[in-house]
This record gives sequence, structure tokens and C-alpha cells, in this order.
Amino acid sequence: MATSLHSLNSTLFKSLASSSNKSSSSLSPSPVFRLNPTSTAFIFKPLTSSSSAIIIRASASSSKSGESHTRETFHGLCFVLKDNIDTDQIIPAEYGTLIPSIPEDREKLGSFALNGLPKFYGERFVVPGEMKSKYSVIIGGDNFGCGSSREHAPVCLGAAGAKAVVAESYARIFFRNCVATGEIFPLESEVRICDECKTGDVVTVEHKEDGSSLLINHTTRKEYKLKPLGDAGPVIDAGGIFAYARKAGMIPSASSA
Amino acid sequence: MASSVISSSPFVCKSSKKDLGFSSFTKSSQISIHRCQKKSISRKIVSVMAPQKDRSPGTTGSVKTGMTMTEKILARAAEKSLVVPGDNIWVNVDVLMTHDVCGPGAFGIFKREFGEKAKVWDPEKIVVIPDHYIFTADKRANRNVDIMREHCKEQNIKYFYDITDLGNFKANPDYKGVCHVALAQEGHCRPGEVLLGTDSHTCTAGAFGQFATGIGNTDAGFVLGTGKILLKVPPTMRFILDGEMPSYLQAKDLILQIIGEISVAGATYKTMEFSGTCIESLSMEERMTLCNMVVEAGGKNGVIPPDATTLNYVENRTSVPFEPVYSDGNASFVAEYRFDVSKLEPVVAKPHSPDNRALARECKDVKIDRVYIGSCTGGKTEDFMAAAKLFHAAGKKVKVPTFLVPATQKVWMDVYALPVPGSGGKTCAQIFEEAGCDTPASPSCGACLGGPADTYARLNEPQVCVSTTNRNFPGRMGHKEGQIYLASPYTAAASALTGRVTDPREFLQ
Repeated sequence: MATSLHSLNSTLFKSLASSSNKSSSSLSPSPVFRLNPTSTAFIFKPLTSSSSAIIIRASASSSKSGESHTRETFHGLCFVLKDNIDTDQIIPAEYGTLIPSIPEDREKLGSFALNGLPKFYGERFVVPGEMKSKYSVIIGGDNFGCGSSREHAPVCLGAAGAKAVVAESYARIFFRNCVATGEIFPLESEVRICDECKTGDVVTVEHKEDGSSLLINHTTRKEYKLKPLGDAGPVIDAGGIFAYARKAGMIPSASSA
Repeated sequence: MASSVISSSPFVCKSSKKDLGFSSFTKSSQISIHRCQKKSISRKIVSVMAPQKDRSPGTTGSVKTGMTMTEKILARAAEKSLVVPGDNIWVNVDVLMTHDVCGPGAFGIFKREFGEKAKVWDPEKIVVIPDHYIFTADKRANRNVDIMREHCKEQNIKYFYDITDLGNFKANPDYKGVCHVALAQEGHCRPGEVLLGTDSHTCTAGAFGQFATGIGNTDAGFVLGTGKILLKVPPTMRFILDGEMPSYLQAKDLILQIIGEISVAGATYKTMEFSGTCIESLSMEERMTLCNMVVEAGGKNGVIPPDATTLNYVENRTSVPFEPVYSDGNASFVAEYRFDVSKLEPVVAKPHSPDNRALARECKDVKIDRVYIGSCTGGKTEDFMAAAKLFHAAGKKVKVPTFLVPATQKVWMDVYALPVPGSGGKTCAQIFEEAGCDTPASPSCGACLGGPADTYARLNEPQVCVSTTNRNFPGRMGHKEGQIYLASPYTAAASALTGRVTDPREFLQ
């Protein structure tokens, strides 16, 4: 889990770079919000003016006295979904033959992420032929991830490059799998953000040390407080269920083969 | 002091007289419909007891706090004398089940975290049941079964229901079929135990009065190495079903009724405990159907108190000792629903949500293209017996392709061997043939979840299907624009005969 979450310790640009176990896009200062350096699929139009604003805000919040330091930040385009997005829409069952723990299979899963969505959604989360998504944050409604216990669901989203999901509520197995795998950071909103954001809006999700979180929509210039992680917090903080258990002394450190 | 049992007057839920009236909808409006449905349902729900506040367990032990069945099972498995909802506890696992889709990933994680040479915590407590993508030419699917064979060999896993000859399922003596049905049939379900499975419908086993729930590969990898899992104790919702079950009603109707009542997120993170005179009258297979769809309401697990029916089934299949538990009289429940089953009618779940409930008779104008009878939900022996009974009573032929996929080898054999009561000694298979159904297929999960492109009975066109399966979200059985009506075996059979969604009372009375 820890490897996929980046702390805002230098610039926002760094936080957008893929983590070490994902595709190796190099850090470059501009235009930084392209997730895939070779893709010319998009360039953030409102970026230049807002990006500096973001940086200022981020550093301001971490230096304000009495305010909690920002621990994790996810920034990018959001992809908006509604209620009851079940696991078969996230990753159709036919791709269940791919094994998430095999890196090549995992990459393929990413390319099929959210393939099961009905046509009326319009935008494709991953453009057919591509392996990664240009969207970093998924926004959902109620009961996100309902249906199967297959970990292929959070895995494909993480493999596609999504960093966080902000939903009104979650189905329990999916939420648990997000926490256990560390593939995608699951946060809960207090209001129906999915009704106030549109796919393609530029958003920042900040998760602070005191456990509180915030979603900022730069396109609409609105901010939303998110719910604290609750009991999942310690497991996420530790870095997933194995790290948590090691910390608690339940299991020994991983032995190499 | 322990909270008393719910004291306010029971919420009597009659039948779905006012079903939510979504008789016609367009794809683009489905999302708002579901939200409307959920919001109006939550207004109807009566919570008869406030949820438990934070309460630390009694330290002196002199306070006798009642626990629900689930709380008791988890407390015992965590070696604690008391737990309350919200507690995060490490629990000992009695049985871990996995299959061909999630097994390779679970073992992959196990090795990654515990080392290539690591050994599982107990090779006799793991049950590996290939069942999802078996009878297919898909190389990756075939590879996954081979991978599981390697792991089981290396780890000396006692229970691996292997299949090597994909062309003839009968040539594989170990092969069973659908995991949840096989677990029960092979005696792995026992009252009071903790059973985890890498499949959402693991909750089926709650029918045996045990804690059974679905987990992902990572959690399973952890259990493989340790035999433990971190669980949060769920609060319990109680469903009391009384009254005599009408002859045309089945457990599938009951659970669709309940899900339609509380919505697909109505039981999220909670236990659904079923009791009452109607429950007591149900067979084990019917109880399995009921608990099977608990996950479709968001439930963490379902439980039914074990009784003579349970013990009779279990004791015939296992010699492993077990100890049933029961909810205390002063246990606390977060909600209570009561149903007078005698007043209920056959229902369906219309596309595209298991909570999109409607009376079967009010859908009689819906033309259908096919019928599917199978899966852990509706592909057991009694499900086929019921369908056969209706076909026999009707004496007609089906008007649409009718696909039959027995859940396990044993079910398949029953379909071909057992006489259907009232038919003069005919078997299900004979009756199905006379009615013009497809020949019963090789046992597996089949098309319930679509599967590889060559899966038998997969929905490859935007057709309308009445199915005895468990989910009908868009694309569930294959085609994104396919329309799936979830129904009981009786309703499915009746619909096959008319070519429209049909209330089984047209043929049974």
C-alpha cells in the first residue's frame, strides 16, 4: 500500500508520477499531468493557472500552524460514476481468467478497467488500445463495488493508474479489498459528490495525518470534506493487512525465497 | 446491563402490494430509478432498536450480556468470552475455500508474503474447488486449474476436487462443480464454525448456522499462511418469517422479497439472521438459497439457527465434531423485520438490480428470449425437481430455449436418477426432455457470470433471460444490454412455457 501512496513532500508533480511498481514514466515538471508521457490524448487546459494555485494551497496547508500535515495527495482528472457500480461493470467476469498477482496479467486487467460500463456513460475510462487511464480519481455514488469478492476489481483500477476512489458508500468486500491490496485509496464522501462533479473535472484529494480528507474540484472551485477512514485507517497506514499484521507481531517479516 | 430484545411492535411486512411500480424504464434512467428506489425504501424501513453504542466488554464477567449467533461464533473463534458489534478481532478460521478464478492469485500472494517455500497453516482446512471457468477452450482458464493442481500437490492439500478431462466431466471422479453446493454436499459446512471463501456467495453456508463470508485474494493469502483473519464484528438484522409457505412459493421468492424491501445496500456490513416457523420448515437446500443472496443486500453474512434438519444433513456428511450456537434471548439486534409468508406472492428482480422487485404476475407482458436454470442459487437438486414438477403439471413444451446447468456432479446425477414426486416415476431429465428443454449441461458456474466467450448458455446477444441466478447488473451474463429477470425455479419454468415472465400459479395450484 505505501508504495502506491505519495506524500506531498516536494511538488505535486512528483505525486503524479507512477509508483515504482507501475509504469515508469519519468518525472518531468511540465506538462506534468500527463500520466503517459507518450500519449497526446490530452493536456490539462486550465492547468497553468490553477496548477500554481494548487501548489500554493498544498504548501500553505502543510505550514499553517495547528493544521494537520497532508500525508497523501492525489491529483488529476476525475471519472464520475453513479450508484451501485458492481464489480462486473468494473471488470467483466470474462477477464477473471487473468491472475492479479502476475504482473503481465495485472497490466492487462488495467487495460480493461470499467469496460463493463453501459454505453450511456459515454467516456471510456481506458481508451480501447491503451493500457492506462488518463483519470486519477474515481468518484462514485452509493454502494460502490457491490457484487463479487474478486480482487480483480480494485486491482484493475489501480493497474489502470487510478489513485483514489471517492464514493458515497461502499460495498464491504470491495472496500476491504482496496484496503488489503493497497491498489486504490478508498474514501467516503459526506454528500453526493457524484452529482456535483463531471468526468474530466480536475480534482485534488488530500488525506491528512489526523485522518481527515478533502476533495477539491478545481474546475468547479468547490471543496468537499470527506469522512475519516475509521477502523480501516490503521491497516491502510501500516501498508495493508500483511504489513499491519507484521507490525502487530502476528506474522514474521517476509522471508525471501 | 444487556439491552433487551426489541420491544416495539413488530414491523409486519405484508406483501409487495405496492411494488415500486417500475414497470417500464429506459437504460438511461435506470440509475435514477435505483436511487429513487433506495430512498423510498429507506423511508419505509422501521428500525426498531437503536444501534449499539460503543460499549466495552464487561470486565468483571458478572454482567451477562446477550450475544447474537454471529457474535457468539466470532467470539469463540477469537477465543474471547464476549464481543460486541464494531470490535475488530483476530479470528481462527475453520475452513478456507477457493476456486479456479481466485485460487491462483491467493496462492501467489501467499508465496510472495510468506516465501516460496512457505507451507499453508493446515492442509486439511483448505478446500480447493474448480468451478467457474471449466468447460471452455480458453487457455488462461485451463491454465488456472493446472496452477491450482500444482499448488495442491506441493502443499498436500487434502481436498482438491480436480478435473483433467474437460471433454467429459463424468470421467473425473474428484470433480464436484459449484463450490458452495460442493462444500455442503461434501460435509465441509458445520454449525458454529468460521468458513471463508474467495467468492461473494460464500455466505450460502450460513444456512448451516456458521459464520461464512467472502474475502479477496489478499485476505485469503493471509489466511493460507496464518489460519487467521482480522474481522469487524457485524451487528445483526433479524428477519422473522412466519406462516405456512404457499405451494407455489420458494426460498428464492423470500430472499428477493427481502432484498426488494431493504435494497442492495440494506444490510451492508451487517449479519442477516433468519428465523421463524417458515424458516424451520425449509429444507437445507432452500435455506442455502436464502443465505446465498445475502450478499446481494450488502450483507456480511447470513445465519439460520441449526435444528434437526441441519443436524440430519450435516451428520450424514461429516464426522468432524462441531458445536452449534444460538442467539441469546437478550441479544441485541439493530433491526427486525417480520413477514407473514402465507401472504407473499412469486416475485422477480427486474433488470438491472437484484432489488428491482416486482410481482411475477405484473410482468406477464414481458416477452423473453430464454430461460436459464442453474448456479449456486438455483441449480441444486431441489431447484431442478421444482422445475420438473411444474413442467410435468403443465404437460406442455417450452416456447423458448431453456438451459439447464446442474451445480455439481451429484446434482446432475440426481437429475437423471431421482424420480419426481407425482410424475409416475419419471426423472427430471425425462421430464425436461419431454418439455423440450436443452440437455442438462456439464456442472459448473456456467453462464451465471458470463464467463469466457464459449461458455454454454452465455448471453451473447441483447436478449431477455429469466434466470435462477443471483445477479442481474448490466452485462452480468455476458452482453451489456442483456436483460436478466432473477426468479425462482418455478417462475423460471413457468416463463419458459409461455415465452413471457409468468407467475407459476398459472400451472401450479
